Amino acid sequence: MATIRIDQQEYTVRDGDNLLQTCLSLGLDLPYFCWHPAMGSIGACRQCAVLQYQNEEDQRGRLVMGCMTPVSDGAIFSLQGDKAQRFRKTIVESLMLNHPHDCPVCAEGGECHLQDMTVMTGHRDRSYRGRKNTHRNQYLGPLIHHEMNRCITCYRCTRYYRDYAGGTDLAAMAAHDHIYFGRHEDGVLESEFAGNLVEVCPTGVFTDRQLVHQYTRKWDLQSAPSVCTACAVGCNIVVGERYGKVKRVHNRFNAEVNGYFLCDRGRFGAGFVNLESRLEFPALRRPDGRYDALDHHRALEHALRAMEAEKVAAVGSPRASVEANHLLRLLVGNARFYPGWSRGEQGAAIRAMELLRDTEATVPDLAQIETADAVLILGEDVTNTSPRVALSLRQAVRNRARDMAGELRLLPWQDAAIRNLAQDTRNPLHIAAVSNTRLDDVAASHTCLAPPDIARLGAAVLEELLPGEGQHFGDPTVDALAQQIARDLRQAKRPLIIAGAGYGNTTIMEMAAELAAALCHGGCEAMLSLCQGEANSMGLALLTGTGGARVHRLEDMIVQGDIDTLLVLENDVERRCSRRGFKLLRKHVKTLITLDSLDTATTSLSDLVLPTASFAESEGTLVNHAGRAQRYFPAFPPANERRPAWFWLLALAHERGIEATSRLHQFDEITRHCAASIPALAGITEAAPRSQFRAHGLRVPRQTHRYSGRTAMRAALSVHEPKQPQDEETPLAFSMEGSQRDTPGALLPYFWSPGWNSNQSLHRYQKAVGEPLRGGTAGSRLLYRQGHATLERAAMPGAFEPRENQWYLVPRHAIFGSDELSALSPPLRELTHPAWLEITPAAAQALQVIDGDGLIIENERLRGYRLEVRINPSLVAGCAAYSAGHAGTFGLLPGEWVTLQKDPDWQRREPAVIASDRGGVA
Amino acid sequence: MNEPAPSLINALSEAELAAIDAEIAHMPQRSGAAIDALKIVQEHRGWVSDASLAAIADHLHMSAAELDGIATFYNLIFRRPVGRKVILLCNSVSCWMLGSDCLTQQIRDRLQIDFGETSKDGEYTLLPVTCLGACDKAPVMLVGDDLHESVTEDRVRELFDQPGAPNG
Repeated sequence: MATIRIDQQEYTVRDGDNLLQTCLSLGLDLPYFCWHPAMGSIGACRQCAVLQYQNEEDQRGRLVMGCMTPVSDGAIFSLQGDKAQRFRKTIVESLMLNHPHDCPVCAEGGECHLQDMTVMTGHRDRSYRGRKNTHRNQYLGPLIHHEMNRCITCYRCTRYYRDYAGGTDLAAMAAHDHIYFGRHEDGVLESEFAGNLVEVCPTGVFTDRQLVHQYTRKWDLQSAPSVCTACAVGCNIVVGERYGKVKRVHNRFNAEVNGYFLCDRGRFGAGFVNLESRLEFPALRRPDGRYDALDHHRALEHALRAMEAEKVAAVGSPRASVEANHLLRLLVGNARFYPGWSRGEQGAAIRAMELLRDTEATVPDLAQIETADAVLILGEDVTNTSPRVALSLRQAVRNRARDMAGELRLLPWQDAAIRNLAQDTRNPLHIAAVSNTRLDDVAASHTCLAPPDIARLGAAVLEELLPGEGQHFGDPTVDALAQQIARDLRQAKRPLIIAGAGYGNTTIMEMAAELAAALCHGGCEAMLSLCQGEANSMGLALLTGTGGARVHRLEDMIVQGDIDTLLVLENDVERRCSRRGFKLLRKHVKTLITLDSLDTATTSLSDLVLPTASFAESEGTLVNHAGRAQRYFPAFPPANERRPAWFWLLALAHERGIEATSRLHQFDEITRHCAASIPALAGITEAAPRSQFRAHGLRVPRQTHRYSGRTAMRAALSVHEPKQPQDEETPLAFSMEGSQRDTPGALLPYFWSPGWNSNQSLHRYQKAVGEPLRGGTAGSRLLYRQGHATLERAAMPGAFEPRENQWYLVPRHAIFGSDELSALSPPLRELTHPAWLEITPAAAQALQVIDGDGLIIENERLRGYRLEVRINPSLVAGCAAYSAGHAGTFGLLPGEWVTLQKDPDWQRREPAVIASDRGGVA
Repeated sequence: MNEPAPSLINALSEAELAAIDAEIAHMPQRSGAAIDALKIVQEHRGWVSDASLAAIADHLHMSAAELDGIATFYNLIFRRPVGRKVILLCNSVSCWMLGSDCLTQQIRDRLQIDFGETSKDGEYTLLPVTCLGACDKAPVMLVGDDLHESVTEDRVRELFDQPGAPNG
């Protein structure tokens, strides 16, 4: 600790921080632009100038940059000093020489860091009378809008995009007064994390393109704390609503999970909530196949009548909340509850849960992943399955740079110096996958192997760590690599093994778990992370448990038939079955009742559809891939007869007289009941405060205190303002009243502080800059180290042997398209492609096909699969990779052998016309 | 300068590649030769087109954006076509004191172009430059590769009063 003096006031502060972050942590206002808590200082913008005095006698002081000045004991500073204030005011004025002052039409207005800093410095009247520079804007894709004239050249965008996120297609062009931040030509930004530019840019150069088109100011948004449903990582988000539509998704800081950044799938993937095709009323199928809208009483009557049948079964869902799945299981009984995974997914999800539950290693959150000093990824394309993990891995490989800096006594925030020092020195990251991955550029090694061989590589590394039965890979190059990997892992203090359900191969995950156990045994703090499929895969696996015989497979159940009434909860059975299985669904089920927020193939077959509220309109608990239970809250009430799934199910359970539910009336009670009846889920009640929580005697307001136009919003319908909806289920209110200061992290609906309208106000909610939220970190960890530490050595898996004229199917995930919900979001739909099959150039030659041709995929189980060819030179020989989660590949199973032949009737698509190819001409 | 034109617009010529590879050989990283590579291509083609830029970036294992950042940083790497000769007219203090403004006006009138423009016949592009390092012989200008010192109005007339030149 150091004692410093700022403007005659003494403070005890942490040694080695820079003065800017110290001032912000102390709650003092010091303006800045280029510094970012996650990216450190470079001293580019000169905005955080303060006066530093040599000693007591020094009356003049000298100007220093706050972000570049370490605090040390006895230092004397002044923020208020005349010279410093004048300097800062002039800097803002000079940065804004070319700024267009177009705030009224700018999507950043009202939450603009440049506006805040301008007000903070007191700059008001511009003295520059010359012409302003005018730039040509670029088309950067459907996600990000570019408005270069607003730039104040703080360089945050390129520092984030290139240095932090590893993107290569955004650069600072030109020099002097005509600097330009953009691509070398128009086109979609390539980085999967480009959306963070919206929050990183201190002004309106990079804005959310969707928001620009349907604009609402931050102060007019009604927001709620939520959890991203686009993958199993569970990043914390803020969902902002106006006029019954989700307007935008912003990052919600969680020190242990997503920190300051999201991936683009999460940020832009919530658009499905606004789809016009979503049902607003229960729908009853008429004999002619059309649907009648019902009110909820009659809908429930119909459902109850159907449930009086003898054989009633239900299908849960890995994208539905723990509570909804729990109620559904109570409703139909344990024996008739099917978790709702496909044949391939179920084994992987349950096994992943078991491995993580039983491992001796740490199951890391993203923040812990960033501390790893050696990483081995065994058969998981993290950028496409759990995208945000990839961004954390890019930070992990820089730990060596920070160590090098530490040796030279550089401070961790001295970003330029550290990058200069380390250059390309990185911690070892080894990747084994079926083809190239987006992390290869920072990897020490990247090997393309078929999934069974990836497991064998794991076994060979294990052999190096714990010499045993001489299980070598057999190929000298791979064995040498295994030695190298083992050496890197052994030398690490915090080695991390990543695997996952991506290839549907449980042996790889088991190998990863054994490696982690062996490393723990070796005495280091090893970590094991297993990526999973969907937002609540882990929650559903914990709920289902290892139940063995009770866990039937969805498809087998349908094929065997003999079901009178089937309830499907937020699940599209088509995605989980083969074509044959899905066809039999209608035939083998007498009455099909679906509860879903989307219009899917399954709802279109159903006899009765109960429209459920999406994650943005309801509450629920999800368990992420690391076993962290997190609660999402509704940002707005569901329209018309949409209800949360738990609400429908509870009503049905009450009417059915299910004993266990008789005392459950509110959402919290379901959560508590679930926690009490399933030991593995006991911790879910801690995910967020209960609905009785009050801050300063009031609920936490979802609306800012400047929320405007509540009457005007509905004035076209009626001038009478209706009573605000009441929220009995959560501690939040659809109101402006109340305070959100000091509320728990799980309940923060937005970040705002006087003088800090932008998301930079976050530091006012943190214990200190970059540290956890003062109200506590959201979520509760369900997995504690139970450490069996049994080092069972699995037998060496069999080697992959390519077959003549047969191909081994491997799923290939796409960040945009593989996830059911986000793929429906309009901006992301522009970036998705129709289903495809990747094959090697050699296979393409043998099959006489080129890119864009069609292939027929067959084996004894599969008929009628036709997919577009994509030639991938990096793919392992003998494998064919299908686009997972895309319509057209449902029912294909990982690890199946198939024959391929050219489809003579295939109609080639026109060369893909996506907006970027049109050069941004709408 | 009399290289045969490369067969493909996108590709770099053999001669360009050889010269770039020679520079790469001196560098610890391929991207270290970025500036030299840009200069080499500009020497051969007069300017660096988007296609050339992409080809160079590819050859240096850099992204096009990164290389464009470098290319556009330097005023004398031309990212747009220029005339056969580039006139760099110094406008910094010494030259200005000794009448560079008059010369500027004279050249503008003669060639009918302003700063940043190319004469209609494609012969000249006029650009201002901050210093050519010959202040003792001010005013100075560079026409193509030739440095002209102590330039007078007569000298300008002599240089640009050729048959076919405007107002000749």
